[in-house]
Amino acid sequence: METKVDLEAIYSISEDVVSREIEGEILIVPLVSGIGDMEDELFNLNETGKAIWQRLDGQKNLKEVVEELSGEFEAPEAEIEQDVKGFMEELLKRGMVVEVSKV
Amino acid sequence: MESQPQSNMNDEKAGDYLEKIESHKASLWEGRSVLRGRLDIELTERCSNNCIHCYVNLPANDRSARERELSTQRIKEILEEAASLNYIKVRFTGGEPLLREDFEELYIFARRLGLKVTLFTNATLITPHLAELFARIPPLANMGITVYGMSRRSYEAVTRTPGSYEAAWRGINLLLENQVPFTVKGALLPPNKGELEQLEAWASTIPWMDNPPPQTIFFDLRGRRDSHVKDRLIKGLRLSIEEEMKILTKGPAYLKGKREFCSRFIRPPGDVLFSCGSGLDSVCVDAYGYVQPCMLLRHPDVVYDLSNGSLKDALTDFFPEMRKMKATNPDYLARCARCFLKGLCEQCPAKSWMEHGTLDTPVEYCCEIAHEQARYLRMLEDGEKAWEVKDWRERIKNIPETEAERRNMSGKSKLKST
Repeated sequence: METKVDLEAIYSISEDVVSREIEGEILIVPLVSGIGDMEDELFNLNETGKAIWQRLDGQKNLKEVVEELSGEFEAPEAEIEQDVKGFMEELLKRGMVVEVSKV
Repeated sequence: MESQPQSNMNDEKAGDYLEKIESHKASLWEGRSVLRGRLDIELTERCSNNCIHCYVNLPANDRSARERELSTQRIKEILEEAASLNYIKVRFTGGEPLLREDFEELYIFARRLGLKVTLFTNATLITPHLAELFARIPPLANMGITVYGMSRRSYEAVTRTPGSYEAAWRGINLLLENQVPFTVKGALLPPNKGELEQLEAWASTIPWMDNPPPQTIFFDLRGRRDSHVKDRLIKGLRLSIEEEMKILTKGPAYLKGKREFCSRFIRPPGDVLFSCGSGLDSVCVDAYGYVQPCMLLRHPDVVYDLSNGSLKDALTDFFPEMRKMKATNPDYLARCARCFLKGLCEQCPAKSWMEHGTLDTPVEYCCEIAHEQARYLRMLEDGEKAWEVKDWRERIKNIPETEAERRNMSGKSKLKST
C-alpha cells in the first residue's frame, strides 16, 4: 500500500473504518478486513493523533492542517509537520485514510 | 505538541499515535465505566431447526411470531441507541438469526455504527454470499456455532430437521474456506453422548479454538413457559447427577478451579435476588422489543417494553430498580438465602422463572448438583444441608488442593465413582 505522505494532498477518513468518539476519546473500528493485524482489533488515538485525525475533513490539505495545529499548539512548525507526516504514514499503511485530491 | 519518534508498525503498539486496544479491557476508559460490553439482540425466536432441548425455538414458518417481530427500522434504531450508549459489541441471537430476511442489512448497519457483532447460529443458513460478506466485513468477534452431532443420525435426532446435518456442515465449511473466525460448542444429549471425543478432536483443528468446545449439560425449560409437553421432554434429556458430576470433574483443572472460585465467589446471598449481573450492561432485547435483564429471564415483571421508552431508560431507571428486589418466598428465604453454595449453585431468578414461574423458588436440580459438588470438594458431609452450615468460611478454606488430599479427607460423596 502507498504510504508516501504528501503535504500538498487532501486526505479524508476512509470509509473502510468507523470513527467513534466516546467520552472525548477516538475509537477507530475497522469495517473491512485487513486494517488490523488481528481480526478483532480496535484502535485509539493519542492526543497528537486525535488533533490531526479531527482535521482530516477532506477539505484542507496537510499543509493547512499543520498551519492550523501550529496556531493551536506551542511547538515548532517543523516538529508538528514531522508529527503529521508520521501519523499519516501509519494511517495510510493501514488504509484508514484516503487521498482525496491534490491542490 | 510533543515530539514523536518514528512509528514501527510491527511493535506491540501500532505506533505512537495509534494504539491497538483490546476492547474488552477498555483500558482507555478504565475506572470511568463509560464503555458498555455487549448488548444481546434476539432477532427472532423462529428457528430452522427443531431441537429437542431448545428453550426458545418456534417453527421457521410461524407467521404469528414473524408478524410480531421488530421491524428492520426499529432494530436499526435500537442499534443506533446502543452505539450512542457506548456499547462496543452486539450479539445477534435467536432462534436462528439468519432466518431474518433483513439479516445482512442489519449486520452491515451494526458494523457501520462501529459495533462488533457476535453471531450465534446453527450455520445451516450460511450461504457463499454470507460467508464472503463476513470475510469482507468481518464481525470482529468470533461467531458461535453449536454442533449437535458428528453424524447425520445423531445431529438430526437432535434437530429433528431432515437435511440440517448437510446444511450445517456446508455452512461451517464455507466459513473455514473464507477464514471467518468461529468457535463451536456442543450440547450433550442422548443422541450424541458417544461422540464427545470425536467433536473435541475435530474442534481442535479449528484455528480459532483455544480450548475444547464447551458442552451444555444443563438444559433449561421453555423460556416463555409455553409448553408443558416440551418441558417434560427437556427434563427427560437432563443428565443424572452422577453423569453430570463425571463430566464436571473430568480433569485436574476442576479441583484447582473450584477451589479458587469458591474462595472468591461463594457465600450466602441473603434476600437479594439479583446477585448476578442481570440488568447491568449485558441486557437482551427480545424479538418483540422487550428488554430482558439477561438472555433467559422473561418474567413479565422484570422485562422493559421499549415501546414505552428507550434502552437508556431501561438501563438507567428500570433495571436499577429491579435489582433492588428482594426474595419473599419462605422456602427460598429458609434455604437459598442462607446457603453458602450460592455461586456454585446455578439457582437464579431466571432458572426459578423457567422451572416454577416465579423469581424466587428453589430449583431442586440446581440444588442437588451444587450439594453434590460441595460433597466432592469436601465442604459437606453426606446428609448435610449447606444452609444449615455455620462454619462455611472454614469449609471453603479447607477445600483440598490435590486429588490425593481430597481422597484422604473425610466427607464422602454418595457417588461410588468419586
